[in-house]
Amino acid sequence: MGIYIVRRMIAAVWLLLIVTAATFVVFFLVPRLAGATPDDLASRYAGRTASPEVIHQIAIKLGFTDPIWVQYGRFVKGLVLGADYSTGPTTVHCPAPCLGYSFLTQNPVLPDLLDRLPVTMSLAAGGALIWLLAGVSTGVISALHRGSVFDRAAMGVALAGVSLPIFFTGLLALSVFSYWLGITAPGGSYTPINENPLHWAYDLLLPWITLAFLYAAGYARLTRAGMLDTMGEDFIRTARAKGLPERTVVLRHGLRAALTPILTIFGIDLGLLLGGAILTESTYSLPGIGKYSVDAVVNNDLPKVLGVVLVGSMFIIVANLVVDLLYAVVDPRVRYQ
Amino acid sequence: MSPLLEVRDLRVHFPTEDGVVKAVDGLSLQLERGRRLGIVGESGSGKSAAALAIMGLHQPGTARISGEIWLDSTESGRADLVRAGAEQVRKLRGRTMAMIFQDPLSALHPYYTVGHQIVEAYRLHHDVSKQRAYRHAVELLDRVGIPQSGSRVDDYPHQFSGGMRQRVMIAMMLSCNPDLLIADEPTTALDVTVQAQILDLIRDLPAAVLVISHDLGVVAELADDILVMYAGRAVEYGPASDVFAAPQHPYTWGLLGSMPRWDRTRSQRLAPIPGTPPSLINIPPGCPFHPRCRYAELTGGQATSVRPELRPAGSPEHLVACHLPNPRRAQILADEIRPTL
Amino acid sequence: MKGQDNEMGTNRRVAVLATLAVLILVGCGGPGPAGANSGTSGGIHNPSDGRGGTLRYANSGDWDSLDPADTYYAYSWNFARLYGRSLVMFKSAPGAQGATLVPDLAESLGRSSNDAKTWTYTLRPGVRFEDGTPVTSRDVKYAVERSLDKATFPNGPTYFNDVLDLHGYTSPYADPDPDKLGLRAIETPDDRTIVFHLRKAFSGFDYLAQTPATMPVPRAKDTGSKYKEHVVSTGPYLFQTNELAKRFTMVRNPQWDAATDPNRRPLPDGITVDLNVNADDVDNRLLSGDLDVSIEGSGVGPSAQGRVLGYQARRANTDSASVARLWFTALNSDVAPLNNVHCRKAVLYATDRAGYQRAYGGPTGGEIATNMLPPVIPGAQRFDLYPSPKHLGDIAKAKDELVQCGAPGGFATSISYRAERPKEKATAEALQQSLARAGINLEIKPYPLADYLRLYAGKPDFAKANNLGLIVYGWGADWPDGYGFLSQIVDSRVIRPTGGNSNLGIRDPAIDQMLDQALVTTDAVARQQIWVNIDRKVMEDAFALPGVWAKGLLYRPPNLTNVFISDGFQMYDYLALGTTRR
Ligand SMILES: Nc1ncnc2c1ncn2[C@@H]1O[C@H](COP(=O)(O)OP(=O)(O)OP(=O)(O)O)[C@@H](O)[C@H]1O
Ligand code: SF4
Ligand SMILES: [Mg+2]
Repeated sequence: MGIYIVRRMIAAVWLLLIVTAATFVVFFLVPRLAGATPDDLASRYAGRTASPEVIHQIAIKLGFTDPIWVQYGRFVKGLVLGADYSTGPTTVHCPAPCLGYSFLTQNPVLPDLLDRLPVTMSLAAGGALIWLLAGVSTGVISALHRGSVFDRAAMGVALAGVSLPIFFTGLLALSVFSYWLGITAPGGSYTPINENPLHWAYDLLLPWITLAFLYAAGYARLTRAGMLDTMGEDFIRTARAKGLPERTVVLRHGLRAALTPILTIFGIDLGLLLGGAILTESTYSLPGIGKYSVDAVVNNDLPKVLGVVLVGSMFIIVANLVVDLLYAVVDPRVRYQ
Repeated sequence: MSPLLEVRDLRVHFPTEDGVVKAVDGLSLQLERGRRLGIVGESGSGKSAAALAIMGLHQPGTARISGEIWLDSTESGRADLVRAGAEQVRKLRGRTMAMIFQDPLSALHPYYTVGHQIVEAYRLHHDVSKQRAYRHAVELLDRVGIPQSGSRVDDYPHQFSGGMRQRVMIAMMLSCNPDLLIADEPTTALDVTVQAQILDLIRDLPAAVLVISHDLGVVAELADDILVMYAGRAVEYGPASDVFAAPQHPYTWGLLGSMPRWDRTRSQRLAPIPGTPPSLINIPPGCPFHPRCRYAELTGGQATSVRPELRPAGSPEHLVACHLPNPRRAQILADEIRPTL
Repeated sequence: MKGQDNEMGTNRRVAVLATLAVLILVGCGGPGPAGANSGTSGGIHNPSDGRGGTLRYANSGDWDSLDPADTYYAYSWNFARLYGRSLVMFKSAPGAQGATLVPDLAESLGRSSNDAKTWTYTLRPGVRFEDGTPVTSRDVKYAVERSLDKATFPNGPTYFNDVLDLHGYTSPYADPDPDKLGLRAIETPDDRTIVFHLRKAFSGFDYLAQTPATMPVPRAKDTGSKYKEHVVSTGPYLFQTNELAKRFTMVRNPQWDAATDPNRRPLPDGITVDLNVNADDVDNRLLSGDLDVSIEGSGVGPSAQGRVLGYQARRANTDSASVARLWFTALNSDVAPLNNVHCRKAVLYATDRAGYQRAYGGPTGGEIATNMLPPVIPGAQRFDLYPSPKHLGDIAKAKDELVQCGAPGGFATSISYRAERPKEKATAEALQQSLARAGINLEIKPYPLADYLRLYAGKPDFAKANNLGLIVYGWGADWPDGYGFLSQIVDSRVIRPTGGNSNLGIRDPAIDQMLDQALVTTDAVARQQIWVNIDRKVMEDAFALPGVWAKGLLYRPPNLTNVFISDGFQMYDYLALGTTRR
């Protein structure tokens, strides 16, 4: 198991190197093919009235005049050894792993990311929990009462959930629950969990539900299908033959088996959650990675983009690793191979 | 004292889009405590449907069940399971009646250890600690012949061979010492040497056993009585020795004729019953076997119009549902059938 | 200054100087005609002296920077007056009055000598930083010095870099002088006197003295690019907390002394500003009373406009601010057949201007523009050389022009717009439809906003090679001023072949000549006439298709007091606002 994790980690490092290198190529090579000079690139960060000399000065400061592999080397070096940056009057050391400073705001990237990570993690964790619970239980009930009013209503709502965009459901929820009824927190509210867990949950409740709504729908459908399959299995008949109460049969025998494929999807979704988080965070003005990445991309702010890419890849890598490990816990047949 | 199990005119009908599938259509049988009844019949004759009806394992909504199923349990007395509440039947399952299935791999839950699965059944009906239940599970595994049962109790089903899995199934079902064990094709998925071991195991059980198979050989090894089923009904029912010594129904003759035996040559051996099993939606009128029966014309047209009821033939306990007059049947048996058996 | 849209392209030094020269002349030319914002909103809504409460602002984006050396948004300059005192400032007053300059940190407006090449200011006594340290002229000098360092402070304007006699001085951070006050262009003979030496005469220097760059910065507290994390206040409020890109809060600055400040009557006890708030959520919060001011001053977004205008009670709480901005489409005279004036005229005749206005949200988005200069600009005149009933276009005249152009059946060309802008997309589609009526077929080509001018539409060879005959664009002035508005979009000499141009194809020596003439014309009325003449010439030669003179629909929650629009910023004056919410 230990060796397995180490191997996975080494693969992950490679992946991160490739992904960041690709980001570099997209960032520098593509505009260059379109005819942009280093100064053209620098002028994005130079303010509107900058003279050509100032722009050139900025190009040098940002290192755009160096060949792309030198710049990439500098980025990797910063990650491993740290780097020094000038704030004007002084030089500050950015300790490893240094993700550099924003081209635009000149804020260091890593502290910003770390500052925002808990927001996105909170959003993701709570959202995921809700969508798992809501989606799976809806799916189970639907499967057990196939064709019932509940089943049809739930599947209808599920269809709405997958097809309605987050900014629509989010803003609607905000208008109704926060501004009209006043029972949930207004947009932009966030309290760190270590400050006040209750407030944390209260502030995030609506974003959680919004995010969960999107995913719960899919999980309800998936669970329903999985449960219908599983409940026809021989071992379910065995469980019944033992005289187990139907609840135990459904939850401990049926759901347990139906959950395994859902876990796989869950891992993928969790890894790609940044996408959903971007929209939710934008809609609710939450200071998380999602909102940060939108700003990074809109402003062509390479260090921030790289930071987000790293975090995003890490999300995927970790989620996959966790799911693989969980899989071994859940499915003994995988464990003993 | 009433028999442990008494089934009267059991019908299991499945309404489907094509029509009502009459999987069991008027089955009656009796099983005394400590005895073993074998049900034989071709695939699709309704054996499993009948067994599941007794166990109350048909999904509500899919099957229409009528008739009577009287189970005389030591704990809760005699009750008609058709009319009893689902909860009452559930409580009898595992405790009073248990069932093992054909495919022991798919019948065991892949994600739980065998110990867990045995303990789960045991603790459901017995208020004992986990440790005691596990000790009980180890004893059971030992009893069904699983070596190193102490460590294997923590293994998962996929870590056992096919025969071992069926032993686990049996151990699981024996955990509560049921009065009735239904074994539906307990050996079909197993290879021959293992089959014999499992049959030995079942034979040594104290419970009354309802063993189901399309293999007469299996039934011959185990059963005190034999019930031959065709199109959802008994066509022949009697003590095993009588049925084997003097089979009465043309369908039984076919079954016995197609039975593999070591002393037959290949050409002699496989004399299958001509034709295919009947549609259960449109069961042939009269004797359902008549489209495949060589002797149908000998009944003077009755075979296609009147459904034959079980009546004694040969001995009082030996029943057969066939219009052939008894003397004629005895003659056919003596002249045509016995030489090939 | 920037509005919310980055309309101005990269600046050329000459042009900025020229712009300023004229701006200044306007300022000195006495009170101009009442601004376009005075008619509807010249008065003060909810006038009040009530102090107390907390004023809640929200920004749908991030601040470029709170550092006075590094900021270039109109709203930011408006807001900066709450925490900093520049030498001179825009008066906190409604309408056209709000565009006049009054002394702030200085005792009077600048005193010039040496043919307006030397400017002297005397600081008011008794002004202190938030830590109690007295403000001296050296703190102002240091502030201006550091604002010159565009590598550290890229966002701010470059006026001082352009006008001061720098002698190669680049940055106090590279200054060998131990006090980092080595810039010879600024002298501080004593604690209260500061003298600026310019490269050449510049009569409008007070406009530069008004920028946040002259807000004093104590060198001991200067942390360069990190200074924005804690700007040291000289104004009535100081930063209490500041989470970059999230929110900051301000409280009263105990060291601010009303006796030293005739311009400010700060009403609220506290100020909170949320950053990066979803734009629709900003509007929702504004309407629900959870927010007091949408700080960018660009008005209510499209999705909330219906909810504002649909209710009488809310509609009464709105102001329509006329902005010195024009949404227009350049007709690129580089691209055949638009090199022929008749083909350009055909486009102007065939255009459905009402459709153009619809693309910008109808009358709330702005008025239909028939010429270039926005009416809010002093001296601007309205005229329409291509009239049609209901502005729907005159297809007969368009076809007539096409015949004269030698393309009787019409022609095909391309139209570009900024891909990220739905309104520009709608414009391109509306034009495609209306021009097709005259047989002019447009192929629509979106390009990324960030590089629109640098690499695509603003790069002459690219525009020509890609047949960009029509280029959808928009333009706003730093201050409401004719020359400043026009020079960057009509002067052919600012077109650089390397790209980054905001003049998208107007090449006319006569126009260039008129611009030069305006620079030396000192009489304000005569100068305003020259702008109108340029405007008229652009329209006669059909170089551009004016679309919409922008307006912003501002909403003021009922609890807001002392609310008015100043022509200086064309939005609510943030220095004056108070709240009844306690
Ligand atoms: N749930 C159901 N719905 C519809 N038809 C069913 C259902 N369950 C069983 N049947 C039908 O009932 C008939 C009898 O099935 P059953 O499983 O009892 O046969 P069997 O005698 O056990 O045969 P085998 O030897 O193959 O197990 C078959 O034709 C089968 O297709
Ligand atoms: S009743 Fe007739 S048809 Fe049926 S089994 Fe007997 S002989 Fe054959
Ligand atoms: Mg069966």
